[in-house]
Amino acid sequence: MATTLKPVNVVLVGFGWTASILAERLTASTGLQVLALERGKFRDTVPDFATTHIQDELRYAVRDGLFQEPARDTLTFRNSMDQTALPMRHLGSFLPGVGVGGAGVHWNGQTWRFLPQDFVIRSHTEQRYGKNFIPADMTIQDWGVTYEELEPHYDRFDYLCGISGHAGNIRGQIQAGGNPFEGARQRGYPLPPLKRSHATVLFDKAATDIGLHPFPCPAANTSAPYKNPLGVQMGACTYCGYCEWFGCGNYSKASPQTTILPALRQRKNFAYRTQCDVTRINLDSTGKRATGVTYLDEQGRQFEQPADLVICCAFAQHNVLLLLLSKIGQPYNPVTNTGVVGRNYAYQITSAVDVFLDDIMNPFMGAGALGQGVDEFNGDNFDHGPYGFVGGGYIALWSTGGRPILQHQLPEDAPKWGAGWKKAMAENYLKSASIATHGSVMSYRTSYLDLDPTYHDIYGDPLLRLTFDFHPNEIKMSRFLTDKAALIAQAMQPRSFHARPRTGHYSIVPYQTTHNTGGCAMGADPKTSVVNKYLQCWDVPNVFVMGASVFPQNHGYNPTGTVAALAYWAADAIIDKYLKAPGPLVQV
Amino acid sequence: MRERPVLTSGTRIPTLARNETEVPAPASPTRRALLKASLLIPAAGLLGPGLLGCSTGEAGHDPSSVDEAKAAPLFFNADERAFVEAATERLIPDEEDGMGAKGAAVAVFIDRQLAGPYGHAYRWYMHGPWQEGVPQQGYQLKLTPGELYQTAIRDIDVWCRKNHNAAFSALSTSEQDDVLHGLESGDIKLADAPSKEFFTLLWKNTVEGFLADPMYGGNRNFTGWKLVGFPGPRYNYVAEIEQYGKPYTKPTVGILGRDPNRRMRG
Repeated sequence: MATTLKPVNVVLVGFGWTASILAERLTASTGLQVLALERGKFRDTVPDFATTHIQDELRYAVRDGLFQEPARDTLTFRNSMDQTALPMRHLGSFLPGVGVGGAGVHWNGQTWRFLPQDFVIRSHTEQRYGKNFIPADMTIQDWGVTYEELEPHYDRFDYLCGISGHAGNIRGQIQAGGNPFEGARQRGYPLPPLKRSHATVLFDKAATDIGLHPFPCPAANTSAPYKNPLGVQMGACTYCGYCEWFGCGNYSKASPQTTILPALRQRKNFAYRTQCDVTRINLDSTGKRATGVTYLDEQGRQFEQPADLVICCAFAQHNVLLLLLSKIGQPYNPVTNTGVVGRNYAYQITSAVDVFLDDIMNPFMGAGALGQGVDEFNGDNFDHGPYGFVGGGYIALWSTGGRPILQHQLPEDAPKWGAGWKKAMAENYLKSASIATHGSVMSYRTSYLDLDPTYHDIYGDPLLRLTFDFHPNEIKMSRFLTDKAALIAQAMQPRSFHARPRTGHYSIVPYQTTHNTGGCAMGADPKTSVVNKYLQCWDVPNVFVMGASVFPQNHGYNPTGTVAALAYWAADAIIDKYLKAPGPLVQV
Repeated sequence: MRERPVLTSGTRIPTLARNETEVPAPASPTRRALLKASLLIPAAGLLGPGLLGCSTGEAGHDPSSVDEAKAAPLFFNADERAFVEAATERLIPDEEDGMGAKGAAVAVFIDRQLAGPYGHAYRWYMHGPWQEGVPQQGYQLKLTPGELYQTAIRDIDVWCRKNHNAAFSALSTSEQDDVLHGLESGDIKLADAPSKEFFTLLWKNTVEGFLADPMYGGNRNFTGWKLVGFPGPRYNYVAEIEQYGKPYTKPTVGILGRDPNRRMRG
């Protein structure tokens, strides 16, 4: 029997980046009582990420110290509808976070904006290449929001985090040394680029030599001390090489803890509770209005938290699971091609070219977003006509660190174990680097999320079921990117290099990226989207959904910048529009 | 911070034989008691390295005179320990370029990992129904990592006795290499464990034991890190990162400091 708690105005499900942004905006601009419910524990720089213990590759990167535990929360997976989905028994392909700060604690800090054309990909592609250019089963759609609308919100996140970078396009003026392909930004980055590693300098020269336009990748790792607009102070990065999979002990990597929480926790109209697993959004008898949420605490006690407004801020797939379990929106059915919840799941497709050099690279000196990249082959920055695929991606050499268990590269002909492996390790660890490609993945009729018919979680609820595979369009695009990366590798004049292209079926086993998207797509048409352009549910207007779950397809950049910009955009819509007249913000 | 179990002054700490060979260490009584006590309940998965935490800030050191290779295993029986020592030494052998898995105490590392939460699949989803999937669906065995080791090693020794009249650890190094290749390719079929899956796990754990922080029992004397040139988890490279091509010369450190023999027991 659930205990009913005192009502609040707004309940946030989850307490990572998007919940922190919304809570900060809502409590600053209104007198509303805002409550965040987090399934994991509270964590902060001190003591949880202290440098006395956080730089532990085994505990955090290999044994998944900061990530979601499949024992409590996992999904089932299959490549195609004719297979039986089986549980992801331990983590592999992607690594969602758990605890306050979410995956915003253990990310690298690679902070990009999507291209202006990305937000109108279907209409843009049809206009430039004709309707037949898009395969029939590819279900990409325009976002319903434009780059120009989101630009001020991208800017807010850049200045919240103290992004280190070199602008490429300020108000339409192309800036030498920046990314000439980026959408126009209103001003430069708050901090100059990070120092460059040896390998990124070699990449920069090689890319320039073959006629490309390399630039320092935007980094949520501070190149200098920085005080953000909330008055929160960050310290300069020391290039220790322990960003991704770790919390930052140095207040240098932007996370909710290092940019928002010190200010937010002082707000009297804000509260949070940890170890609260939200299992349902509750609806009234009409099914058109949410009355709050139900959650279980760490002892399994059930609580009902009434609220006027429910905002889903969990990791992408988890938001979709919550909507399906709560019966909000029509579940997607790929056979009849009807329904929306679970539709348009997407991911990213990555590959690498490993480079072996004569000189010492000291790979252990680095930062999560210390990289030099090229953007010639992203989005529609090049003519796709001759190639016959949609999408693209960036190519970058990241010096994220040289943690020896997981971050070593060996030449292709090196033995896999034994004396030869050992010799190759000794000869190559200090003298190698890897060029990464980071490619878009389009959405398809058969890439989707629904409820598994067989497997259950610890509460007896069905697990989410993921049906996903790479399509020929993505394999072709990734091969194209990998070939371009190999040209840069060759121009670095290495002893040897080899490409590691992505081939075959998508596998849940090797780590690729935690950029899972979709299932709760945004858009202009309720027949093909779960939320409108303000991230408001079409069916239940007092429920909003944040995060990469609203991406209608996934583009060629890391998603956090866009996830954060959308959260600011939605916060403004809630404050300026919804609260003044609660109800649907878009009429169809 | 993870909470640590509290031992009261009245807690009786039975002595293990290995402790009699320890040189007295200036660590606090509580810590020493905890370290010893943790050896007593290995299989419960309660006090594995991951749960003990590792931010030991005390000035005390663990005695370097203890021969860890001879220390009582926490998880393996004698046959299992003999197999893992022999097999890992073939995977990363002692050569002119430096000591291999045995010198780095990789078997000690694996033993401790299997005794803790990892070996018990503590974080994994381990509910049925169980069925074999396609490779892209990943691990679908009902066995925990610890159980996979136990089952596979038993079966490998059966196979070796049948084909070579001796357990794996008693074979010549070239015979051992042949068996390992047979497991890796799946050509050697085991009764109750998939050989390829076991080889993959053994190799993964061997690399971990060679290259993880020495406080977990492997990478003894920073063997693995010194071989490749990794200086350990140092905190600040601001002065060095732009000195392109220049070797980094500061001494190797572990999370517990420069003494490579400091161990986190458990």
